[in-house]
Amino acid sequence: MAEYLIYHELGGPSRRFWSLLGLLAVPLALAAIAYFYMEHYGHIVTGMDNQIVWGMPHVFAVFLIIAATGALNIAMAASVFGKAVYRPVAPLSALVSLALLAGGLALVMLDLGRSDRMVVAAMQLNPESLLSRRVIFYDGYMASVGVYMWFLLEPRMNRYVKPVAIVAFLWQLLLITSTGLEFGFNFRAVYDSVLYAPMFIAFSSAYGAAALILILLAACGWEGRDVSGELLRRLKNWLGVSVGASLFFAILFLGTKYELVRSRDVARFLLFDGGVYTALLWLGQIALGGVVPLALLLRSRLSRSGIAAAAAMVLLGGLAQMYVTLIGGQAYPQILFPGMIESSSYFDGEIHPYAPSLVEVLLGLGGVALAASIVAIVLRAIALLPERLDPPAKPQA
Amino acid sequence: MSADANDGLSRRGFLAISAATLGGVMLAPGIRLIEIAGARAPEQSVSRQVRWGLLIDTNKCAPGCDDCVKACATENGLKDTGHPRTDAQWIRKVELKDMRTGRANSVPVMCQHCEHPPCVDVCPTGASFKRADGIVLVDRHICIGCRYCIMACPYKARSIVFEAITDQNPDVPRGNGCAEGCTLCVHRIDRDQQPACVEACTKAGHNAMFFGDLNDPHSEIAQRVAKYASTQIRADFKLNPGVRYQGL
Ligand code: SF4
Ligand code: SF4
Repeated sequence: MAEYLIYHELGGPSRRFWSLLGLLAVPLALAAIAYFYMEHYGHIVTGMDNQIVWGMPHVFAVFLIIAATGALNIAMAASVFGKAVYRPVAPLSALVSLALLAGGLALVMLDLGRSDRMVVAAMQLNPESLLSRRVIFYDGYMASVGVYMWFLLEPRMNRYVKPVAIVAFLWQLLLITSTGLEFGFNFRAVYDSVLYAPMFIAFSSAYGAAALILILLAACGWEGRDVSGELLRRLKNWLGVSVGASLFFAILFLGTKYELVRSRDVARFLLFDGGVYTALLWLGQIALGGVVPLALLLRSRLSRSGIAAAAAMVLLGGLAQMYVTLIGGQAYPQILFPGMIESSSYFDGEIHPYAPSLVEVLLGLGGVALAASIVAIVLRAIALLPERLDPPAKPQA
Repeated sequence: MSADANDGLSRRGFLAISAATLGGVMLAPGIRLIEIAGARAPEQSVSRQVRWGLLIDTNKCAPGCDDCVKACATENGLKDTGHPRTDAQWIRKVELKDMRTGRANSVPVMCQHCEHPPCVDVCPTGASFKRADGIVLVDRHICIGCRYCIMACPYKARSIVFEAITDQNPDVPRGNGCAEGCTLCVHRIDRDQQPACVEACTKAGHNAMFFGDLNDPHSEIAQRVAKYASTQIRADFKLNPGVRYQGL
């Protein structure tokens, strides 16, 4: 079946491809330097301290991981839910997901206080720990998405795609839900809400779709090919719905935090007097990452560059969201004695300052560059791009 | 995980109360209960029967006094590097003021040695672990410095080491990039000594800190917990810390 789906590698002159890789090598090299610098001197050279222990590298890492799970949605729509229009880009969707995940996980590893002991994490897994369970989720996710991709591309295996896709879908659900709950179950005042689970599912759908759209447009632009209007329209709507859902959950989350008396102070901090976090929440997450792209995406006719702009805004807004969630969540003081004013040499009761250092930003950007390089190299090496991006004539698995 | 470490307040409370009554009758004058608690055979030192804990009498803890903090730093080789934001702090004095009544308190806060420690739950390598006797520790040899325990601890009890460390106390190994926190002076406990902070507080005559086995009804700490109202910090989190506060 699916004879009309012929895949091919990314074309174009090899000189141009090598210059693309050369371009990507710059942020990768800078990130490598940043890593060795941090590794040599310790985390003292970062902007982190004992109150803000997860800094910019984690902002990028969690962002990439969240986007990774969402990028698979398009493939799942095609293979689990039978949305044939997405079938041509299903392999790309799986690849983008794996690449983003690799970028995010690399950052988590490189930002360890003892990254020299990375193998310990693999050898000494504490089976009861949440994080190790996550390691198992990551492995299961990557393996199932890998098998899914193989079945998609191997004509003889095509008919088994659906069950394999369902397995991948379940891993995806497990991974994104557990990521959300990790925040939701944390005692810190900014977290501590089960809404993190559905909210992160919405965020992941938006960030993943945005990344996929940008990569699809870039790959097609690279070869001067057209993306079918129908596919693009559907992707645009998908992104719009995801951004809408993200906004809805963000407002629900902030609203419930504000309504509950016990969390009103932290809601006030985020919404009104959190300084940089308040600004990033309103201008970054809500305006740039939500309202503006949503307004664009709601237009029935939107040019390719309009869609690309909306997707880019969603990604930038997503980074802002992650900064507010991760750094803002740590900056807000942990309350040990409710109803009391606390102060101590360990900065109890204070809003903790944080300014990311250059090394952290370079490392974080390196994670993005790693994901982009993986996509570029795999697209060039393996036939993953569909010959035609028109919707197929008949429905399929 | 270890329900056996502590069977809840009611049973312990009952045992402690009955033991306190009996103890008052049966013990010869001059024999302090704590000496009996300390008189275990060495092979019993890490036993599930034991739950080491601290009781802090905040009425006796003076604002501005940091004898316990200094003693901890000396004992464990924590040095001021001139970077207060990145320096590790295993114990700190938190000054409190009630927003409604204006009542002020000053309390030392350290690792609360939770019965259900979130730091252990999240640790990917098992470096963060709870000993059978309730002491929560970090194995510096397998800690990968992910800082997840610091994110998870609701008491700000953990620190990460940001710089290379020189001149360490051989009893208390520390490492750049590894997480750490109050060990309850486990190296001293295993030698039947009291934690350095408790010793310093007692020596200075404040007598605001008590150390002992919460599970042993004869111990002074168990008797005090049975007799006086004590609280746990953020008891609503249901982690059942081994550090209790009196007078808050
Ligand atoms: S106080 Fe924090 S570090 Fe200590 S046992 Fe509890 S969660 Fe772990
Ligand atoms: S920093 Fe060390 S002790 Fe803490 S969770 Fe990570 S590996 Fe475990």
